[in-house]
Amino acid sequence: MLNYTIRRLLFAIPTLLVISFIIFVILDLAPNDPTGSLPLTIPAEVRAQIREALGLGQPFHIRYVKWLEQFFINEPLNIMEHWWGAPIGDSDSRLRVTSWMSRSPVVDLIVERMPQTLWVVGLSYLVGILIALPIGVISAYKQYSWFDQIGTFVSMVGFSVPTFFTGLLLIVVFSVNLGWLPSIYDTTLKVTDFSSFMAQLRQLAMPVMVLALFNAAQLSRFMRASMLDNLNQDYVRTARAKGMSEKVVLLVHVLRNSLIPVVTVIALGVPQIFGGAIITEQIFKVNGLGQLLILGIENADIPLVQTLTFIFAILIVFFNLIADVVYGMLDPRIRYD
Amino acid sequence: MKKLTTLMMAGVAASLMVSAANAGSHSKRGADGQLNIIYWQAASILNPYLSGGTKDTHASSMILEPLAKYDEKGGMVASLAEEIPTPENGGVSADLTSITWKLKKGVTWSDGSPFTAADVVFSAEYCMDPTGGCNSISNFNDVKSVEAVDDHTVKITFKVAKPFPYGPFVGATVPIIQKAQFKDCMGAKAPTCTTQNFGPIGTGPFVVTEFKSNDVVVYAANDKYREADKPAFATAIIKGGGEAAAAARSVLETGEFDYAWNLQVEPEILAQMAAKGKGTIVTSFGTSVERLMVQSTNVDPALGDKRGTVEGGPHPFLTDPAVREALSFAIDRQILVDAGYGKAGQVTCNVLPAPAVYASTANDDCKKQDVARANKVLDDAGWAKGSDGIRAKDGVRLSILFQTSTNGVRQGTQALIKQMWKAIGVETELRNISASVFFGGDQSSPDTFQKFFADIEMYTNNFDGTDPEKYMGSWTCNNIPAPSNQWIGNNMPRYCNPEYDALVAEMGKTASIEKRAALAKKMNDMLMQARAMIPLIHRGDVSAHANTIKGVRMNSWDSQLWNVADWTRAK
Repeated sequence: MLNYTIRRLLFAIPTLLVISFIIFVILDLAPNDPTGSLPLTIPAEVRAQIREALGLGQPFHIRYVKWLEQFFINEPLNIMEHWWGAPIGDSDSRLRVTSWMSRSPVVDLIVERMPQTLWVVGLSYLVGILIALPIGVISAYKQYSWFDQIGTFVSMVGFSVPTFFTGLLLIVVFSVNLGWLPSIYDTTLKVTDFSSFMAQLRQLAMPVMVLALFNAAQLSRFMRASMLDNLNQDYVRTARAKGMSEKVVLLVHVLRNSLIPVVTVIALGVPQIFGGAIITEQIFKVNGLGQLLILGIENADIPLVQTLTFIFAILIVFFNLIADVVYGMLDPRIRYD
Repeated sequence: MKKLTTLMMAGVAASLMVSAANAGSHSKRGADGQLNIIYWQAASILNPYLSGGTKDTHASSMILEPLAKYDEKGGMVASLAEEIPTPENGGVSADLTSITWKLKKGVTWSDGSPFTAADVVFSAEYCMDPTGGCNSISNFNDVKSVEAVDDHTVKITFKVAKPFPYGPFVGATVPIIQKAQFKDCMGAKAPTCTTQNFGPIGTGPFVVTEFKSNDVVVYAANDKYREADKPAFATAIIKGGGEAAAAARSVLETGEFDYAWNLQVEPEILAQMAAKGKGTIVTSFGTSVERLMVQSTNVDPALGDKRGTVEGGPHPFLTDPAVREALSFAIDRQILVDAGYGKAGQVTCNVLPAPAVYASTANDDCKKQDVARANKVLDDAGWAKGSDGIRAKDGVRLSILFQTSTNGVRQGTQALIKQMWKAIGVETELRNISASVFFGGDQSSPDTFQKFFADIEMYTNNFDGTDPEKYMGSWTCNNIPAPSNQWIGNNMPRYCNPEYDALVAEMGKTASIEKRAALAKKMNDMLMQARAMIPLIHRGDVSAHANTIKGVRMNSWDSQLWNVADWTRAK
């Protein structure tokens, strides 16, 4: 297993390099321009100077190598400096990956936005799992019962109604008409006491529910299908014949076996948490990583988009590996060596 | 010049009266709690010299101040200066080559250090450094030197006579930054100074306490602000994100916010929201005009490198004045306003609609749609309808490719115009291009508004401040975008008329406000009568404020938050 993991990790390096190059090429070929969002009163000569100041005058390969250096050498050095609290080398003249939109280091922007994205998207993933698993189990155990029918209906709705609709619906009901919940997420809120904790819960309620419904819809279908597969297996009949109670048969024997593929699906979905939820974040003004990415794309902020998408790529490669390893640990029949 | 002075005096007097009236409504700094502002485009950076646009300029205008601001009527009001320099008070030299600003005494930065002429000189050096990528550098056009005469006097000398010498340091895009803070951030180092760019020290009513780029700015009242009882709010935030309708909702429907900027929302929806009675919609009109640019060169792809250039030859049918006239008269501009703009638009027949002294009335016949006239003009010119209902002459069909940027309102307007033109036998193909590509000016893209590889294109343009000289200079022959100048140039219709160029040159030498106004009107009329452009809508700015907020004076000439120091909350 260890050998396998190391082999996979080594293989990830060329994969990621290729990915970073492809992202860079695509972004470079895109016909938008960082000065496109400036007011028209700024004349074209000034725009040309701004582009020059951003480093756009340099040839493609130089910009790519510069980015590689900034991302793989300068940024890690900067993080280490941060941990040790002492400067390493000439830290003042070391160039960091800098966003064109805000002229600040991209990594700082990402770190700043991590909390709200993890709160909203992470929590919604967790809530989604907690809703999905019981629904999937009961739906499968009582296949074609009214509970199963309603469960199927709800997950179809959750899956097919887009979040920009459910989000707006919730805002109209709970913010505009009832006035219970805020429609705008306050990223400056710090949880220090009970009332600020309640305020945090209130502003989390709507975005988390919208996303949780969407996540739960998917996962509950996986859970149900996996349970159904196992319920018809011979070992279940054997367990029942041994005189096990239904509770033990269902929750110990069947559930554990059914969870194996579901855990993989859950692990593969984790990178999406960091990717943020572009639409939901916009609707509730959460301003997390998803909103940062879409802003970067709109404003042709190439360093920002490049870095952000590349970090997503790393996470996806990494969680793919984790999913495979966990699968091997959960299912003794799987052996990679 | 006398008229200008009178105008300015009136502006100053009016603002004095308003501030006197406001003075009674609050008594001390920070008494009105928190001010919540929402800008659906979030601020990216608080240094307007490096900013990405209006949203950043507005957010920084609560902290940084210029020497003078524009008020809501377009008049100048001194802020860090004692008074507005004019030729009459000796502030502008008789030969119009220099302007001398007297600074207010006793002003301090929010860190307590004194504000002096050295800061003004430094701000000029900072922006004029060609490697810094300063966005406002064109405000410093023709500046020869900026020097401190003494601690409270700054003299700006120009290379040429400047009839309107108020480019540097008037308006929110060119404020004074602190020398002590920014002295190590000159030129190429400017973008690396994140701490400074995110938290500039200013002289304005507020200071930044927390800034999350592209998300939220948190302010606190500046306790060193020169007017002891202002601002009325102890803290303020500008939250960003989402879209215009959501911002409108948060002020007009849920009441979570006090002020929402730039509410480009369908007029009907906005009216419904306003009916809740929680807030008020405010509008103001600057110089923005949504217009159609009419291509006068040939854009046939077969021309290769000569496509869209003067060398490529004239346009096959848009050079016929009859066609241009018919296209203009076929449009019902009022319908376009009602459908897409509501209170935020007015019908206009000029590319130079404001300030009032410059607005011509010679072209007002386009305000009413006249299909009969459009048809007659085309018939007389020999454009006859074919079997498909489209007019043609000598094998040339009136078939137009009409492009604009991607934007809901613009696509609505395009669809309406297409119908209106169909009624006179003109076929239209619609196209929309992502704004960052269309306005991006990327040399390698064929879809930029400068290349204009289409027959008609639509967008809004305007000018900063109140002086139209630079703006009217856009349509001279040497401003035509072409491969030889890297497609840089603002003369999208490729209009070229030596008479027009002569008028532009004359305006550069004319100082009297009456003569300048007459020249500007004449140029506007020339462009309109040649129909180089077909103006559609004079666009205003729409914002909304909660009914409890008093003192908002909606401004299209400067930052909308220009007088935030005077805002109060009614109890």
